[in-house]
Amino acid sequence: MHVRIRLFARLREIAGDAELHRELPDDATASTAWHALTAQFPGLAPYERLISCAVNEEYAKLSTPLQEGDEVAFLPPVSGGGGRRFTTD
Amino acid sequence: MSSAREAAQEHHRVTTAALDPGALVNSVAGPACGAVATFVGVVRDRNAGRRVLWIDYEAYAPLAHKAFDQIAREALERWPAVRLAIHHRIGRVAIGEASVAIAAASPHRAEGFAACRYAIERVKQMAPIWKHEHFEGGEVWIEGAPADPWDEDARRHALERACT
Repeated sequence: MHVRIRLFARLREIAGDAELHRELPDDATASTAWHALTAQFPGLAPYERLISCAVNEEYAKLSTPLQEGDEVAFLPPVSGGGGRRFTTD
Repeated sequence: MSSAREAAQEHHRVTTAALDPGALVNSVAGPACGAVATFVGVVRDRNAGRRVLWIDYEAYAPLAHKAFDQIAREALERWPAVRLAIHHRIGRVAIGEASVAIAAASPHRAEGFAACRYAIERVKQMAPIWKHEHFEGGEVWIEGAPADPWDEDARRHALERACT
């Protein structure tokens, strides 16, 4: 299947592109798309556990199955962030 | 879709234009409103010992709108009488200029202040917006933690900050 991949901020800089297109297997998930990128751009690999993802402009899990024509976006950490690590400003 | 949600959605904006807190206040104020609490986040000239020159903000705009929508729905659950507007600037923002503005209108001040504080905490936690700080001698992306709209700890933390 064909998917459109969007990258933002530092991820965009590492890959040198805000938007990429990839052909993925029919059973691909968002995670498959991510690993297609890290294979090509090893500099993205350190973000493996830090990214959020979105499919068709909705937050999604990396396990979300993709479909033909989907837009999958990978998002680096935001300035505030969640979990137990909060900024104070 | 409820009318409350429609009202919340049209109040959200991600824009390259200078923010106008006064317009934001007018957009949420109404006859039943006895208070409008506002928060304006401004680019400051120092951060972590660095002399900041400017900040470039980048957003995934359609998702940011949806994040603002979720934040407004969360606020409405907790403070049903509050009307919230969230505007975030993107692109280059100079020292002293506003990067984010939030207005919370309510019948009484207590819930307005609380909802406004809650909203900025949630914006920083989960809106897909990034800060690229340019300072004397370099530049850095300000990266905290992953945006996670399902993180209940984060939501609880924002609520605690809003209500204490």
